[in-house]
Parts: sequence; structure tokens; C-alpha cells
Amino acid sequence: MTADVLRVHDLLVYYDTPVGAVTAVNHISFSLKAGERLGLAGESGSGKSTLALSILRLLKPPGRIAAGEVWLDDVNLMTLSAEAMRQVRLAQIALIPQGSMNSLNPVMRIKEQIADALKDHGVRLSKRQVAERVHDLLQWVGLRPEVANMFPHELSGGMKQRACIAIAMSLRPKVIIADEPTSALDVVVQKQVMETLARIQTDLQAAVILVGHDMGLMAQFVDRLGVMYAGQLVEVSPVRDIFTQPLHPYTQMLIASLPSLAQKGTFQGIPGLPPALRALPPGCVFHPRCPHAVERCQTEAPLFREVRPHAWAACHLL
Amino acid sequence: MRRILGQASAPVQPVPGVARPGRLAAGLRYMRRNISLVVGLLLLVTLALFVGIGHMVVDTSKSRALSVPALRPPSLQYPFGTDRQGRDLLATMVAGTPLTLRIGFIAGLLGVGVGTILGFISAYYRGKLDTFIRGGVDIGLTVPGLLVLIIIAVSLKQSLTVNQMALVVASLAWLNPTRTIRAQVLSLRERGYVEVARLSGMSGPEIILQELMPNLLPYLAATLVNAVSSAILASIGLEVLGLGPVDAPTLGMTLYWVNYNAALINGWWWWWLAPLGIILIVFLGLFFLTVGLDEIANPRLRRAG
Amino acid sequence: MQLGYVAKRCGVFLLIVWLAATLNFFLPKLSGQDPVREKLLQQAQLGGYVQAGIEAMAKEYEQRFGLDKPLWSQYLAYLHEMSRLRFNYSISHYPRTVSEIIAEAIPWTVGLLGTTTVLSFTIGTLLGALLAWPGAHRSLRFLMPPLWALHAIPFFLCGLILIYLLAFQLQWLPMFGGYTAGAFPALSLAFVGDVLTHAILPALSIILVATGGWALTMRGMMVTTQGEDYVTFAEAKGLRSRTVFLRYCVRNAILPQTTALALALGQILSGAVLVEVIFAYPGIGTVLYHAIRENDHFLIQGIVFLVIVALGLATLLLDVLYPWLDPRITYRRA
Repeated sequence: MTADVLRVHDLLVYYDTPVGAVTAVNHISFSLKAGERLGLAGESGSGKSTLALSILRLLKPPGRIAAGEVWLDDVNLMTLSAEAMRQVRLAQIALIPQGSMNSLNPVMRIKEQIADALKDHGVRLSKRQVAERVHDLLQWVGLRPEVANMFPHELSGGMKQRACIAIAMSLRPKVIIADEPTSALDVVVQKQVMETLARIQTDLQAAVILVGHDMGLMAQFVDRLGVMYAGQLVEVSPVRDIFTQPLHPYTQMLIASLPSLAQKGTFQGIPGLPPALRALPPGCVFHPRCPHAVERCQTEAPLFREVRPHAWAACHLL
Repeated sequence: MRRILGQASAPVQPVPGVARPGRLAAGLRYMRRNISLVVGLLLLVTLALFVGIGHMVVDTSKSRALSVPALRPPSLQYPFGTDRQGRDLLATMVAGTPLTLRIGFIAGLLGVGVGTILGFISAYYRGKLDTFIRGGVDIGLTVPGLLVLIIIAVSLKQSLTVNQMALVVASLAWLNPTRTIRAQVLSLRERGYVEVARLSGMSGPEIILQELMPNLLPYLAATLVNAVSSAILASIGLEVLGLGPVDAPTLGMTLYWVNYNAALINGWWWWWLAPLGIILIVFLGLFFLTVGLDEIANPRLRRAG
Repeated sequence: MQLGYVAKRCGVFLLIVWLAATLNFFLPKLSGQDPVREKLLQQAQLGGYVQAGIEAMAKEYEQRFGLDKPLWSQYLAYLHEMSRLRFNYSISHYPRTVSEIIAEAIPWTVGLLGTTTVLSFTIGTLLGALLAWPGAHRSLRFLMPPLWALHAIPFFLCGLILIYLLAFQLQWLPMFGGYTAGAFPALSLAFVGDVLTHAILPALSIILVATGGWALTMRGMMVTTQGEDYVTFAEAKGLRSRTVFLRYCVRNAILPQTTALALALGQILSGAVLVEVIFAYPGIGTVLYHAIRENDHFLIQGIVFLVIVALGLATLLLDVLYPWLDPRITYRRA
């Protein structure tokens, strides 16, 4: 049984707004084994990106981490000093940013953006060795060596993402958090980027948290899938089980809404809208939209517990 | 389409414990956040009171030359003192401040008016028209405005009246507003609701008036205050150089006489302290007002989170 | 490939110069003034004495600018003269030419304007960057309100306040002039010291106000830059705070800041002109002031034209240097 490389315990994150504190991440706990691929799926506003940033302690005001622990091996990241946390970033936990963002410095060449990370993490190499390292990294992600001298605006979207992956891999991290790495990329490029990510991850034997909302992508890539709703984890199960035997009503309706290639039919959405995070419904967050809701659901919030071996969910009906 | 989006949901329950703030309380809280706006308004209102009450209490005819004994330092009879040509400086300030402000307002309004039209046309219709207008504005802004105004003022035959000054200053006052308004409209144009309006068949002018304008109003207000401030500065500049309305007791003209008579060297400190103080209040007031309006137009708090 | 961009910018510059010359030519004509004749009239009114030279000057003026010829021919002749920077004689300082007078005054203005702009831009930008950085020293925050308040007022106002406080009340510094009246300009240390002492207050008037402006704009750019995705990713890369500050934030924020400099040059100059007038500093501003008093049209036109050309050149220079700062703008036609 492989050990947990990352354990998130009861994480609570607020955003302070003029009308009060908004709960963005609502007591979330999960664990990640070494080399495992975990997906975190949810709609916009479900708190996925906030969770990703919080693990890396990159959250800026008005966001703040109010409670919880994040254990990397046997170190609680929340207790580290700012400098110690800085060392952890990239070297132990790396972030692959969203595909739609401009995550690369527009005025620096790619090779400089790889090299400065190495330098600031204390990697002492001669200029030639750095150039070699850059060359190897670019090759690893499938980019031509000329890319090293280019500026970000000279690269296509897919190339930029692969450059970001190259940077994320440069110090061989244990955990990779990929925050919607293929959003805003077209399908063909998506496949390329995901294949690159998969290949690298296997080479490194790193654990991956893939955050996103593309269920098809999740199905192809992850081992386990966690479903988020309104800042909470409502279900975490092996990916096959999520698709074939979803436990939580939200997951069930989510799966049911996915169009299938096999047969034609009408689209089925989930009636209603996600709740405003500053005015969460009492009891189970999903109860206003849940077709199976009973009276207990309106008053008592369900516990997130292991319903079946390896399958966790938060629902009174299970 | 409707099935995918789902039906409208049940109304969101109010969170217990958070009472709806009263309008007054919300207003006061906003004022505390937007201190600039308050300070700016306060300064300008003080000035308005000074002028308003002044007109009732002070004899403004004493702002003309040779009305009172010359070069008296401040006293109870002449609270601001008198100048070398025999003007009661308090009367001069009371009479002159609204003149200077008037120049600023007329020029500022004209400038923002023209600038809004040009900016909207340029940003909304793009194409050659946009290139032409933008090119013109860029060139116009490279040139130092004061110098062009000097040439214009010098070329006009007679000495300018206050209204003519306003028109002269207005001739260049539209450059900056055009540029900033164009930039704003450009960014707004790409927003979703404009696309929707366009697709649902609204005509260009309709979209401009009904969709874009309301969202731009706070920004336009900030631009207007800015334009007024620049116009006042330009008019004072022209007046200090001697190109202003010679008989008018405007703030700039007072400074011109201060300089002409070397009041600084001669130690007649009250002569320039009065216009200095008032100009300070005008500029600081307008500045804080601009910042305050900017805050309404671009609230930083809304962007966070 | 490089030429396209540079050529376009040069084209704009020439356009500005042409516009300035045209403006200078047509505007006075609109009012039907004839400055030379007016000066003659003025002189005659003063008591019959007409300076002999003025008649000669009027003749030469007519000849050179062909006042009897049709308008378009006058215009061409005018452009021709302008391109050689032959501005004619100064009416008020006859027999000196406009070029002579301007040449005397320019070093003072360039010295004042050049140093103050460079100093206020550099200090202001640095200050603004530091103010936006959470890691900077807390005490810096106290500089904000005075800088804020100062930058809202015009240069010359600051000048007046400084004159009153430092020159009149405290008598630490001289009140006006470029050097002590009666001192003989020489390259001696004493004279240089004298010049510098006289330059302090005018320079301070500009620096105190402008630095605040640059600091505030830089701070604004920094705040915007700090919200960019590449800064978040830079922090996610575990870069040191200083690296992120310098190479990711400042390096990017400096771009719009430089553009702002190019745009502000005209305003800075206008402000400097008024400062010179207040301080009777022997630069272009004071010359312009006296020229206006004397209704010396040629001198005024010459100054305005020259200043526009100089500013156009400066803007052109900055424009051409800009792609070096921002690799996204290439010399190729965008």
C-alpha cells in the first residue's frame, strides 16, 4: 500500500467581502498517494481553483485560509515559514496554470524563465549546463530547441502550455497540481498537452491533481475523481465507479447530463442554480436541487464518509 | 435551450444574522471608504460658499483698479489687503474665482462634449475613421498645449474676454478626453452585453446611448473634472504670461500683476498669498474629486475576489 | 524590416513639424496683423523717434517672405525659411536675430528641464515601485499623502510657495534669476556654484511635484501588474520575492510608465515655462514672456516652432527606443 504523499485535512478558506465572509472551500479533506492521479471536477465557482491555490499557499487577500492542514509527506505546509514554503513550491509541489491565462512573462525569453526558477532554488550550474538542462526539458515536453530563445508571444497556446509544463517539471516535484491546463485550447492541442502531461508524470512518478470541469478529460486521465459542489467535496471514488455507479445525487445528475455518442436523446440539465456562496442553504448544500431530498437534508449537513471501500460521499441517503 | 439551462431556481434564502443595511448607513460607510470624494467635495463646497457668501457681503466693485488705497497689508478693513493698483484683494478673489472657474467649466464641458462624440465614434465604428481620429489626437497630444494656445491667443487681434479665453482653451481641451473615452469604449465594446444588443438588432446609435453610455457615466464625470482642472491650469498659464483678459480680476491675472510688479521681491506677501491659496484649494479639490469619481468608476473592491 | 517602423515614426514627426509651421504661418494671418508695421506705429507713437533699423528690417522681411506675392508663394517661402531655421530678426531686440536669442536661452532650459525630468522620473518610478511592494519598508507609506497632495498642484504654484518659504522668509536661496545679477558668466567654480544655487529652487518646484506624479502612476502600474497571471505563476515557481518584484513586476510595469513619459513631455514643458517666468530664470520661458509683452511675433513663433520640433524629436526618440524595452512590439509593421 503506497503511502499518502499529500493529505488535505479539513481545509477552510474564506473570501472577505464587504457583505461578510464567503466560504469558498468548506471543510475539505482528501488524500493523494504517490504516483496517483486524482481529478477534482466541479462547476465554475465550486472552489476548485481556490483549493489548488490554497494548497500552495498562493492565495491573496481578500482570500484567507482560516483552518485546516495540508500534509506533504510528514510536514504540515500551513506551519511553514514563508521562505520554507517558497522552497516547497516547484521543488516539491508544482503548479501547471490554466490554459487560458498568460502565465509566462511577456518580456523574458523562455530559457530565462526556466533558468530563473533553477537559480532561485539554489541549483548551481554553469551557463552551459543550464542551457543543456533547458534543452532537455524542452525536448521532454516535445518542443523544438529554438523555443528556448523565443518570447511567449511567439508561441502558440499549446506550446505555451507545454513550456509551462517544462517549467513545472524542472525540479522533479512529487506533486503536480494542474489547474484546468487545457481550457481555451482546441481539442487536438488538448490531446497533445494531456499526453505530454501523462508521459511526464509517469516518468517522474509524481502524483497529479487535475482540476477541471471536462468530464471526458477526467475519464481518460485520472485514477480517482472527486466531485466538488459549492465549496465542498460531495464524492470521491475511483473514476470508473463515478461513471458507472455514482453515489451522490449531484454526481448522478452530472453523469446523466453527459451526452453519449451511443444514443441520441434530449439534453438533461440539473434544474436550478448553484447557491451563492455567501448565502449557503442550511443542512446539505445540495438539498434545494436534489430530487431525493428529505426533511433531514434541510437541517443536518451530511458527513463525508467512506460509504464503500475507497468510495467517499456526503449524503444522508447512503 | 431552456432544458439545458434549467428553470429558474427557488429564491435564495437570506442568511440569518446579516441585516440589510439602511440607505443612510450604507451611504456613510461608502463615504468612509471613498474619502477622496468627500474631501474633494468639501473643498469645492467651501470655495462655493466663499464665493457665494462673498458676493453678498463684499463689494465686488472694489475689485477694479483704483478703488481703494494701494498696498495695504491685511487688516480688518481689508482682510486680504490691497494691491498696487488699488484693488481690494478680498473683492478681487470673490469676483475673480467664479470667472476662472467659469473658464474651466466652459472649456471642460466643450472639451468633454466633443471628446465624447469623437471618442465614441472612433471606438465604436473603428476602421479608417478611428485611425484618423486617433492619429490626430496622438499628434495633438505630443505638442505642448500651452504653446499652441499662446500662438492662438497672440494671433487674435484684441485682448480676450473671459468667454473668449474659454473658447481658446476649449480648442485643445478635447484631445485628452477623446483619448481616454475612446479607450474606455473600446474595452466596453467587447463585453458580452454589447454583442447581445448588436445581435438583437439594435442600431449603432441606439447601442451607444442605451447600453454604453449609462455604464460610462461615472467615468465621464471623472473625465469632466479632469478636463476642467486642465482647462483652469491652461487659462491660468495664459494669464500669467499676459495673454489673459486684462481687465478681469481672474486668479491668473492677479498672478500676472504679482509677477509684473515683482510683489515677491518687494515683500507684499498678501498679494500673492490670496490667489495662491485659492488656486491651491481649486486644484486640490478637483484632484480629490477626480480620484473619488475614479473610485466609483473603477472600484477596486469589486475587482478583488 | 526595421525601417518600416522607424520610417513611420519619422513620418509622423515630419507631419508634426509641418503642422507647427503651418499653424505659425496661418494663424497670425487670420487676424490680419502685421507685426512689423505695428512696431513701427508703436515707435512712432512713442515720440517720433523711429529706429532706423526697423525700416530696413521691414524691407528685408517683405523681400524674404514676399508679402506682396500671392499667399501660396508666401507659404512656400515661409516653409523654406523654416526648414533652414531662419527665423528672422527679433522685433523687440533688433538687430539680434531670433535664432541668436533662442540659442542663448536654450542651454538654461535644457539644463533645468533635462535634469529635473530625469531625476523626477527615476526617483518617482523607483518610489512608486517600492510603494506597491509589500516587502518594502513600512515607513515609505508616510511619503504617500504629501506626494499625493503635491502632485495635484501646478509646478509654478509649488515654485511660489518655495520662494516664499525658502527664499523670502528663510533667505537660504536666491529668489530669482539664473545667476547673481552683475556676475560675469565664466567657467569658474564660483560661477558654476552660483548657477547651481540659483537653479535649486526652480528645479525643486518641478521635482517635488513631478516625482509624486510618477510615483503614483508607477504604483498604479505595479498594482495592475501584480494582478497578472504571470506573477501568480512566478510565485508558484517559488521564485524569490526580489526576483518577482524586479524581473516580473517592475520590468513589465515600466512599459506603460515609459509611454506615459513620452505623452507627458508636452505638459512638463508647459509647466517648466511657467516656472521660468516665476523665477525669471533665463531660459526659453522668460524669453517667451518678454516676447509676449513686447508683441514680438517673430520671436514667439520661433520659440513655439522650435519647441514643437524639439519635443517631436524627443517623442520620436522614445518611440524608436520602445521596442527595445517591449519585445512584443517589433520593428516590423504591427
